[in-house]
Amino acid sequence: MFSSNLKVPQVCIVGAGPGGFYAAMHLTKNLASVNVDIIEKLPVPFGLIRYGVAPDHPEVKNVINQFTKVAQKNNVNFYGNVTLGKDISLSHLRQHYDAVLLTYGAEEDKTLGIENEDASNVVAARNFVGWYNGLPSDSNLKFDLSGPRAAILGQGNVALDVARILLSPIDELAKTDITEHALSALAESKVKELYLVGRRGPLQVAFTIKELREQLKMKDCRTIWREENFDGVSDIVGTLARPRKRLIELMLKSLEENRTAKDDKFSKRFYPIFYRSPNKFIVNNEKKLEGIELTCTKMIGDKIEEQKCVPTEEQEILNCSLAFRSIGYKSINVDKDLKFLSHGVVANDKGRVIDDNHELAKMYVAGWLGTGPSGVILHTMGNAFQVAKAICEDINNSKDTDPKGGFGEVKKVIRNAIIDWDGWTKIDKYETEQGKKVGKPREKICDVEKMIEIAKT
Amino acid sequence: MEDTSFAKVDPALKHGEYEWQDPKSEDEVVNIVYVTKDGKKHPVKGKVGDNALYLAHRYGIEMEGACEASLACTTCHVYVNDKFLDQLPPSEEKEDDLLDMAPFLKENSRLGCQITLTKDLEGMELQLPKATRNFYVDGHKPTPH
Repeated sequence: MFSSNLKVPQVCIVGAGPGGFYAAMHLTKNLASVNVDIIEKLPVPFGLIRYGVAPDHPEVKNVINQFTKVAQKNNVNFYGNVTLGKDISLSHLRQHYDAVLLTYGAEEDKTLGIENEDASNVVAARNFVGWYNGLPSDSNLKFDLSGPRAAILGQGNVALDVARILLSPIDELAKTDITEHALSALAESKVKELYLVGRRGPLQVAFTIKELREQLKMKDCRTIWREENFDGVSDIVGTLARPRKRLIELMLKSLEENRTAKDDKFSKRFYPIFYRSPNKFIVNNEKKLEGIELTCTKMIGDKIEEQKCVPTEEQEILNCSLAFRSIGYKSINVDKDLKFLSHGVVANDKGRVIDDNHELAKMYVAGWLGTGPSGVILHTMGNAFQVAKAICEDINNSKDTDPKGGFGEVKKVIRNAIIDWDGWTKIDKYETEQGKKVGKPREKICDVEKMIEIAKT
Repeated sequence: MEDTSFAKVDPALKHGEYEWQDPKSEDEVVNIVYVTKDGKKHPVKGKVGDNALYLAHRYGIEMEGACEASLACTTCHVYVNDKFLDQLPPSEEKEDDLLDMAPFLKENSRLGCQITLTKDLEGMELQLPKATRNFYVDGHKPTPH
């Protein structure tokens, strides 16, 4: 096929997070000829690496170095400040590209759907994360940290990230790239007791051992478990698969330390509690949070893996003046041409988006938008490589010889400032310099207009 | 207070430049073998102090190393042949915590980025697992070992 040698396949990736970058990496490594354009809603790249990973986990952000190498390739372009569904439509992209890969993630948080969830001081963990990490849309939020007791509903790694940020000694946070506004608010925080509330038992927690270990080792903070939550747990710990076994052993070890601990001088307390499902938020007459009504639950069924969580008649009231909802994320549908499944992911077959329109370019989906919002960067990497492999196969088998206009065509309809990789490099440099002045790896710019201004200098 | 932010990685080793230097004398040489997914053996002449991840990169062995040896991923997961497993310093908590997330975990699993060559490791075999990542999306669940 001579003709296929003449054309350079054009691939558009929507979303410059880990899913998008790992896919770009695979495509450029495995296709003899390709041009990859990564478009991103924000002027800056890296998605949840920049805005999700906790500031005290700088080592996790090392993947940015690899992504930067990808972005610097001649056949890879970054176009920031371009929003799918607002500045451009999916059908427009599909007209001018050979393949469109959607990797825009899961940006909304799941709600509990219980009474008074809209009360003041009931907040989405997601917004809190966005706030301390400098996500422009969350940077102006205010969190009321004036009460002594707070609760996090959910027991995943996001919940533990939020706990760590709330309880960490401020001088340790000050060394990270946490935003200045968050640092000064946290310095004034009065939160001394933090509950981590799970619907199910210790065997079912979603957080991983690294995050728990960090919490247990935290300076000036004691973790206190409820003895009764661990009934029978030590009997079955030996039968568990290694990851869960080590995690449970760590909890049991900490529980044992609780038993032997004398009065301590720690000023903060962390209370993971299990078998409690939020029933409603209790509010005062100004609709401000005063507590959470929890329904006690139990697990039924013989096999641990197949147990179900059911409510009991009992209730417990947890008095607190601040609550974080941390029960997961969901993706949003940004374009009318996209079909979502009931559980909130784009309908796809191993990354190929299910779609009847064969006139336009094929669509693909990778990362949380396609798999659902769970798993660490590693899982997203595996998925992105797998989907990129499907794109490579389809491109290699394609008989379409018609060259596509790519971004040169698409940008004709875009009215706002487009930030390219050079623009990001300027922002990066500026942030690093600002950070240096205060002894931080970087001081993030939290305002889109300011980002654009610096990128355009 | 223990610094939990950074793994113990010699900054000099960080970018793998050291591994690109040839051994200065026979005394330094440590011969090891990488066994790739297809079962092929790749003998490599390394030297004392080489990091097994970056040494693999030098010789084109497909070991990912996504986090640059900062103990934030498991993409350099390898199996160490039993004879040499005991020669290695025991894994630290951080390495074990990550290995928990590695698919196809075995008793002799280690992270390549945490293995530094010594004379005692002459003849060691490092086998790459079938996959270094999870592929839950297609319904496959790795069975626990």
